[in-house]
Amino acid sequence: MAAATPRIIVVGGGLAGLSAVIKIAEAGGKVDLFSIVPVKRSHSVCAQGGINAAKDLKGEGDSVLKHFDDTVYGGDFLANQTPVKNMTAQGPAIIDLLDRMGVPFNRTPEGLLDFRRFGGTLYQRTAFAGATTGQQLLYALDEQVRRHESEGKVTKYEGWEFLSAVLDDNGVCRGICAMDLRSMEVRTFPADAIIICTGGNGAIFGKSTNSVVCTGSAQSALYQQGAFYSNGEFIQVHPTAIPGEDKLRLMSESARGEGGRVWVPNDKHDKRAAQSIPEGDRWYFLEEKYPKYGNLVPRDIATREIFKVVYEDDRGIDGQPMVYLDVSHLSPERLNKLEGILEIYEKFVGDDPRKVPMKIFPGMHYTMGGLWVDFQQQTNIPGVFAAGEADYSIHGANRLGANSLLSCIYGGFVAGPEAMKYATSLPAQAGDGGHAAEKQRQTEFNSMLLNNPGTENPFKLWRELGETMTKHATIVRYNAGLDEADAKLVELLDRYRNVNLSDKSQWANTSFAFTRQLWNMLQLGRVIVKGARLRDESRGAHYKPAFEKRDDERFLKTTMAAFKDGAPEITYQEVDTQFITPRPRVYTST
Amino acid sequence: MAAAEVTTPKHPASGRTITVKVKRQRTPDAAAVTETFAIPYRPNMNITSVLGEIALNPTTTEGKGTTPIAYDANCLEEICGSCAMLINGKAMMACSALVDKLTGPDGNGAITLAPLSKFPVVRDLAVDRSVLFENLKRVKAWVPVDGTYDLGPAPRQFPQVQEQRYPLSNCISCTICMEVCPQFNDATGFVGAATIAQAKLFNMDPSGAVLKEERLRALAGGGGVQECSFAQNCVQACPKQLPLTEAISDMGRDVFVQQVKDFFRR
Repeated sequence: MAAATPRIIVVGGGLAGLSAVIKIAEAGGKVDLFSIVPVKRSHSVCAQGGINAAKDLKGEGDSVLKHFDDTVYGGDFLANQTPVKNMTAQGPAIIDLLDRMGVPFNRTPEGLLDFRRFGGTLYQRTAFAGATTGQQLLYALDEQVRRHESEGKVTKYEGWEFLSAVLDDNGVCRGICAMDLRSMEVRTFPADAIIICTGGNGAIFGKSTNSVVCTGSAQSALYQQGAFYSNGEFIQVHPTAIPGEDKLRLMSESARGEGGRVWVPNDKHDKRAAQSIPEGDRWYFLEEKYPKYGNLVPRDIATREIFKVVYEDDRGIDGQPMVYLDVSHLSPERLNKLEGILEIYEKFVGDDPRKVPMKIFPGMHYTMGGLWVDFQQQTNIPGVFAAGEADYSIHGANRLGANSLLSCIYGGFVAGPEAMKYATSLPAQAGDGGHAAEKQRQTEFNSMLLNNPGTENPFKLWRELGETMTKHATIVRYNAGLDEADAKLVELLDRYRNVNLSDKSQWANTSFAFTRQLWNMLQLGRVIVKGARLRDESRGAHYKPAFEKRDDERFLKTTMAAFKDGAPEITYQEVDTQFITPRPRVYTST
Repeated sequence: MAAAEVTTPKHPASGRTITVKVKRQRTPDAAAVTETFAIPYRPNMNITSVLGEIALNPTTTEGKGTTPIAYDANCLEEICGSCAMLINGKAMMACSALVDKLTGPDGNGAITLAPLSKFPVVRDLAVDRSVLFENLKRVKAWVPVDGTYDLGPAPRQFPQVQEQRYPLSNCISCTICMEVCPQFNDATGFVGAATIAQAKLFNMDPSGAVLKEERLRALAGGGGVQECSFAQNCVQACPKQLPLTEAISDMGRDVFVQQVKDFFRR
């Protein structure tokens, strides 16, 4: 018999994880919440522009069906439509809930929620709190979880890293194996179901807009334990990021939503200061090519256009890979709504974007692919659920701006109750459910690493990984380059066996934890590369010049990667297109 | 199209190096030592990229092999609040601390890095700041919603209220305001400016105000708002420019009014 009170483990304390925790606590379950960082510091905090929901408070005739259609069309029809339909239908209620939790959303003079326009839609559908919406949403959920924690319904394990799932002899999940990042102790924790909400995998690309913890390590570990990883090749490169030494800092789509314009000088060697170049000497290439959507075309399209202007037309500013994102013409009221992001630019670059156009370039930003889940957010491993950026659902081949915050909360709100339902009918485990064996497997891996007499510096291996992935598996993909990338990944996996830890201590050893993640990053890198290599078409963010057209006949299919004999094996699954018939995706005219 | 290259162009090596002195401590009980590193300079470097360079080649200026430096960091864009530390003696976020502004007028000054001084050291530059999260429990910094099911929209809120609440909600829990506060110490048990500002934030929320009296009582007495000596260090050091002294003085007044009310209710 199952325990009277289901015990659920949630891994990851961003929007998806916290949403799941709240639902479980509310339903009377017991939750253990695991997170590498204090949950209030999770990567959701970085989301800037807003959250979509078709509340139609601007008298435009917006509707949840239009939101549904925009999302499916924006994702180039690769997303299963049932969860997208459900998510968009729940959008307005989720916004109301966040409002009730005290999120300081911007307001209209009447005191109603204000909305702005985002990419890939013609409607003002995005609720926002300045330009720090993710931070405000994360805090609201964090506060609710703290309340449940103070009432004893939630136990937090902050500073613990998920290593693997504990699986019993039947392959059913019975808990997790995790490592305390201070004492480096490896322990297993029992659970009737687990929910993986560990976000994206930007670190595989070296520099990205993602946070340090976004390595994809947990998803990769589960893939290596038998979970399907789907649509790995779909990586969103955000059109407007600030190039930096240690990371690429996001410059939110809301800058364009509030009226920001992308341009380059007609003469790339124009010596005048950007702000003094007259209108006639500027090329607003997005507005010219996409008169209806203008600067607010979907991200994959804006990114490719910027890439083309720089590398094909050789029109980057001063010959450099950069274009202008200009908000200097906006009214003080509009600039005020962008304050948070303008401050970031000013702090890290030193110029005031209220006066001087910003210099930006595309940067790896979002992981559309992820753990395969069914419509109840359950992976193919019984008892392992996933939600948020860590799963593959909702966004298809390209995510629309401001849909991620919604999909995270929606996913958590589905996964929490579904995990509870699953747990209440779970038969009792036989023996120890695989706990001892899993702990031993992870401990052995640790001692192998610690005692390795090798010569490779893990941070150098990581740098090579990032450079390879960025070069071959981001905006433009060639089969020859992808083959080269896979060969490089195989080489790095081989060199990993020769890794040497300069720090072998067993206290707060961050480079040791990182080296563990690196193995998983390399394995997941192969999934991304192999999926891209085999998909001979162009769809959403996946673009191959040699196969410029979308090929529905061959590739209107979900990529399913399975870990077989130490390498990804790719199969395909039909996509649920029961509500909206796939049609050509053309933003120049529609 | 040309081969995809989405990285920053490499700046030519200038040959210049930056000297970085790091105060290190292997465990909470170990003695602190200082190690010095010479890092190749690149334009636009910040302190987190300097720490990344050390990890790539953990060797001191004396040529001694050492370990990568432990520190907390996550978003690297000054919004997660992780990487607060003492940089040239000043409490700052490492990600937004730019090397060019730290090496003195001739560009040759050494940069010193040390952990925050008011919190227990975990290792090197990483400290334990969980006291802040405990304090947030103490003042019930949340809106006690009835449930997460659909109960329709929240009460309307005028833009003026949102404009007052939003800056307070920008607190990133970095604890710099506590680090620089002369009153934040074991003797006073002061909760610190961040917690007081969050109490104000939730007292201003139309629904959060239901717990207003409980929050004010939690901030009354020892360790509460009265411990503030108005040194104003917090408001000057806050990386997100929160109106902290205003929040403390508003809450000080509200706490006093509440105490008087409670006194006559007895």
